[in-house]
Amino acid sequence: MKTIKEINEKIKKGEAVVVTAEEIIDIVEKKGPKKAAQEVDVVTTGTFGPMCSSGAYFNIGHSKPRIKLGGGVCKINDVPAYCGFAAVDIYLGATALPDDDPRNKVFPGEFKYGGGHVINELVSGKDLRLEAVAYGTDCYPRKKLETLINIKDLNEAVLFNIRNCYQNYNVAVNLSDKTIYTYMGTLKPKLGNANYCSAGQLSPLLNDPYYKTIGIGTKIFLGGGIGYVAWHGTQHNPVVKRKENGVPEAPAGTIAVIGDLKQMSPEWLLGTSMLGYGVSLTVGIGVPIPILDEEIVRYTAVKDEEIYTQIVDYSSSYPQMVGGSLGEVNYSQLKSGKIIISGKEVPTGNLSSYSKAREIAEALKSWIKKGEFLLTEPVASLPLVESGYTFRPLKERPLT
Amino acid sequence: MPSQRIVLHFPHRLADQPIVYKLVKDYNLKFNILKAYITPQEEGLMVLELSGKEEDYNKGIEYLTSCGVKIQPLSQDIIRNEAKCTDCGVCVPICPTGALIVDPQTRKVHFYDNKCIACEACIKICPTRAMEVHF
Repeated sequence: MKTIKEINEKIKKGEAVVVTAEEIIDIVEKKGPKKAAQEVDVVTTGTFGPMCSSGAYFNIGHSKPRIKLGGGVCKINDVPAYCGFAAVDIYLGATALPDDDPRNKVFPGEFKYGGGHVINELVSGKDLRLEAVAYGTDCYPRKKLETLINIKDLNEAVLFNIRNCYQNYNVAVNLSDKTIYTYMGTLKPKLGNANYCSAGQLSPLLNDPYYKTIGIGTKIFLGGGIGYVAWHGTQHNPVVKRKENGVPEAPAGTIAVIGDLKQMSPEWLLGTSMLGYGVSLTVGIGVPIPILDEEIVRYTAVKDEEIYTQIVDYSSSYPQMVGGSLGEVNYSQLKSGKIIISGKEVPTGNLSSYSKAREIAEALKSWIKKGEFLLTEPVASLPLVESGYTFRPLKERPLT
Repeated sequence: MPSQRIVLHFPHRLADQPIVYKLVKDYNLKFNILKAYITPQEEGLMVLELSGKEEDYNKGIEYLTSCGVKIQPLSQDIIRNEAKCTDCGVCVPICPTGALIVDPQTRKVHFYDNKCIACEACIKICPTRAMEVHF
């Protein structure tokens, strides 16, 4: 048994033993969980995939004369941002699109530029065009603002993603006889391909299936800089069915994350275009897992062949909310490049970059080894399995 | 016996002439059309796999050039922008010729441009638009 405090003391002295969630697999296999838990202090994880419920907020500073954007409209590089706050606070969502984007009018729409791309350019240090219209008040008389803005001049620029890092995700296929365009990529007809989206054995929440170490306040790698777990993510759903090793068999836990955009890097926050679907932001996240005991090290040693997920038809059962799985596969099968569904060999594609996830886990490992990154004690847990917290569908009610 | 994948750009004035036919008749070359279209400005573009004896092949290329057809090797036309590619691999099952492959060890995506037939299926499905057309 170790405490986070003891691990931090070792990190400060440069003595901590830090390995990635890939490396721990062999260590536990060779030495057994007991010895591994004594020897290893931290296991680092990583993931790099499109995460649509992402966004950033800014405070642009007050103009002279003053303007109150709250209640008005505002666009950054033509992409509408939300300004229903005080005078000069703005939130930009990753999937926002310019008003004149043709969307899916010419199907499938290309979605070349939107909120995710604006966030990437902001982090790159590019000047962005801000255009805003307000109604004017006695204390904020100005009604129009057009200016270039740059991240270095903003008072705050904060990435605040309300749902990231899904613990496991569906494999998407198409049973219909025409190509469909989804957030899981382009799916060819009649089981033409199967797309998945997870770093599997490297993915943060799959290495801490019961959220024993990851909680509110956990310090993480976020977009190439430092961030924190702010809350559980929206749609957090710990109660899904799990295998004996504790790993959920379907999408389960999520986290909301926050961090200062000014210290992040455009390499780890990429604008993303999903054909026929929309824009998004591909986010790099890495979470360190303190090896407090044998049980935790056993969780981190989970490997691709022990992580199962469901195959879901995105031509009918997903859009119609009818549920149902076409079968179960593990990540080792998915990574082999083909899986068998109803007797048919189907090629697989990943939307989440495993090689980048590995780079993130390595980067976080080197920060901790160098003593630059200390672990934090969570201030509260994410809703756990026993809480009964669950993700419910919308109950539609008529407007009487 | 060389076999090359090339891109032919036909200027407007040649759009109505049976140029490829001559490659067969006069130069004894075999061809396989991978892609062909005429732009609204009536310029023609054709992606061909061309094979035959080296001497014939060179003469055929000479003939094409003398007619005013611009020739580019195919490998210069579909390019992966390495700075944009995240190696996710969502393009892999979409590519019909196996030109995009995930390395099982590094999990990085390799682009074999010699296998590419410039069908452009990968271009718009790439989430970061890392695959580019340079016709």
